[in-house]
Amino acid sequence: MQHGKYRFIVGFLALPLGLYALFVIWPFIQSIYYSFTDWTGLSPEFKMVGLDNYRRMLDDEIFWKSLQHSLMFALVLPLVTISLALFFAFMINVGGRRRKGGPVISGVRGSSFYKIVYFFPQVLSIAIVALLFAFAYNPDSGAINSLLRGIGLDSVQPLWLGDPSLALWCVMAVLVWSTVGFFVVLFSAGMASIPADLYEAALLDGAGRATTFFRITLPLLWDTVQSGWVYMGILALGAESFAVVQIMTTGPGGPDYSTTVMVLYVYQKAFRDGQAAYATTIGVALLVVTLAFAALVMRLGRRERLEY
Amino acid sequence: MKTETPAPVPAEPGVPVAKVDSAAGPPRKEKKEGTTLNVFSHGILVIWAILVVMPLLWAVMTSFKDDSSIFGSPWSLPDTLHFDNWSRAWTEANMSDYFLNTILVVGGSLIGTLVLGSMAAYVLARFDFPGNRFIYYLFIGGMSFPVMLALVPLFYVVNNMGLLNTIHGLILVYIAYSLPFTVFFLTAFFRTLPSSVAEAAFVDGASHSRTFFQIMLPMAKPGLISVGIFNFLGQWNQYMLPTVLNTDPDKRVLTQGLVQLAVSQGYKGDWSGLFAGLVMAMLPVLAAYIIFQRQVVQGLTAGALK
Repeated sequence: MQHGKYRFIVGFLALPLGLYALFVIWPFIQSIYYSFTDWTGLSPEFKMVGLDNYRRMLDDEIFWKSLQHSLMFALVLPLVTISLALFFAFMINVGGRRRKGGPVISGVRGSSFYKIVYFFPQVLSIAIVALLFAFAYNPDSGAINSLLRGIGLDSVQPLWLGDPSLALWCVMAVLVWSTVGFFVVLFSAGMASIPADLYEAALLDGAGRATTFFRITLPLLWDTVQSGWVYMGILALGAESFAVVQIMTTGPGGPDYSTTVMVLYVYQKAFRDGQAAYATTIGVALLVVTLAFAALVMRLGRRERLEY
Repeated sequence: MKTETPAPVPAEPGVPVAKVDSAAGPPRKEKKEGTTLNVFSHGILVIWAILVVMPLLWAVMTSFKDDSSIFGSPWSLPDTLHFDNWSRAWTEANMSDYFLNTILVVGGSLIGTLVLGSMAAYVLARFDFPGNRFIYYLFIGGMSFPVMLALVPLFYVVNNMGLLNTIHGLILVYIAYSLPFTVFFLTAFFRTLPSSVAEAAFVDGASHSRTFFQIMLPMAKPGLISVGIFNFLGQWNQYMLPTVLNTDPDKRVLTQGLVQLAVSQGYKGDWSGLFAGLVMAMLPVLAAYIIFQRQVVQGLTAGALK
């Protein structure tokens, strides 16, 4: 198969690779370069300023807040989402009561219904979800507070997104709401490929549900959990958190910068404040955080691969 | 150092194992405990299902109400079905334009992504040449980098090329940012296809590109469908890229248009129209999901399982 091989390879790779290099690789390289300049983004002129932007960043209180919030997103969100999803997926697939004559393991009744419903938010745009919840959180006329009034809790009327100590949690709750379903389905697929005889053996040994989960399901599912963790963390540091924070919180960035995240801060510095170079500096910090997060999860989670 | 995922499995003793032969059945008390646990955990499943569905139903209900009852009593049923909200959203609030723009952008970029992605993936999966590995990792590296970092210079790259605020500019950018996952997924897929068919075609005198378009691409259909659904949803729901690169009000896509609508309705006060717009944007994807449920789930989870 040598005949015309290289012409074919070049012909097939040129367009995709060219497009990718121009719109993805080149801007990435440029932005690292710009982080050492004083480029405003408004005029084409700029000069090198060395590490000035990085020094400024270390003194920037809002940067530290956004870093702190982004780290919260990357650690708390996957933890909550994946824990919930593992519980739901286990109940749906394995947790069912054993019926006489039925298969050794089975899900609860209506398991396929739950899988369909839980997945709903995943197909919706995060922008639409964020808008919907912004209304639900409205302190005066929103659905949540009016529900609280309806059940007689007139005194419990939080400001939700307007309360600096609550706003971040409100935003995170929305992301949990919208992503749990994806992981339930993902873990369900993983659990379905665990051989039934392993469960059978555990049952014969008298293992309860919790033991079965921690000794059989979780170890065999570990690879999926780990890659899900990285996937969720990257989302929580990037596009998803941008959409929810930008759409839902006032400012955007919340009262008293209580919800600002790194990705939003990059956007605001570049396209609102005309400080493109400083924005890329924060972007580089975001890149470092993202890569460190992925490396950390992969390293901490490394264990012997179980063959089955 | 190892970490264990703390999972919220109830701490109660597990459900007793019902032995098949009932003569040696478990004691009564244990059986009862198991039932309680079952009810408890099933209850949580039901509660989460309600939590998922309720906001969506609430949005549909609200889209048929007038403004005063939206604010006065958010949970009451609409007194009459205000279909005028929907027509107002469609015409006055420009939902029809947003839909059209979205269809154009997603249509163009989906086709482009699949064609270019499968071409690159095929070459990377099937041919040995110097730099193959490097190009492959260059592509998949794009999956873990924060897109926002590139967006700052990208805005100016796109601007200098005269592509800012154009539909075709947005299409090209969507394709470029969809390539990493598409190439990653399809490369793995092409590797699983048997090589004998392609070799036979080649022996029969078919050129490389003819082999690709007439033999390999049809064989790769299941993979193309999965990755196509993945990209369709990702591109249809895309918010960050158009927010940065597409600021012309006439070119707005759905997600952007709705957010702008929400901002401007604050001054105009047409909240019922906004809810109608929201539901209008939600329904097609939800309907498509319910119809193509299996394929959608496969498409969205396939990548993460690899």
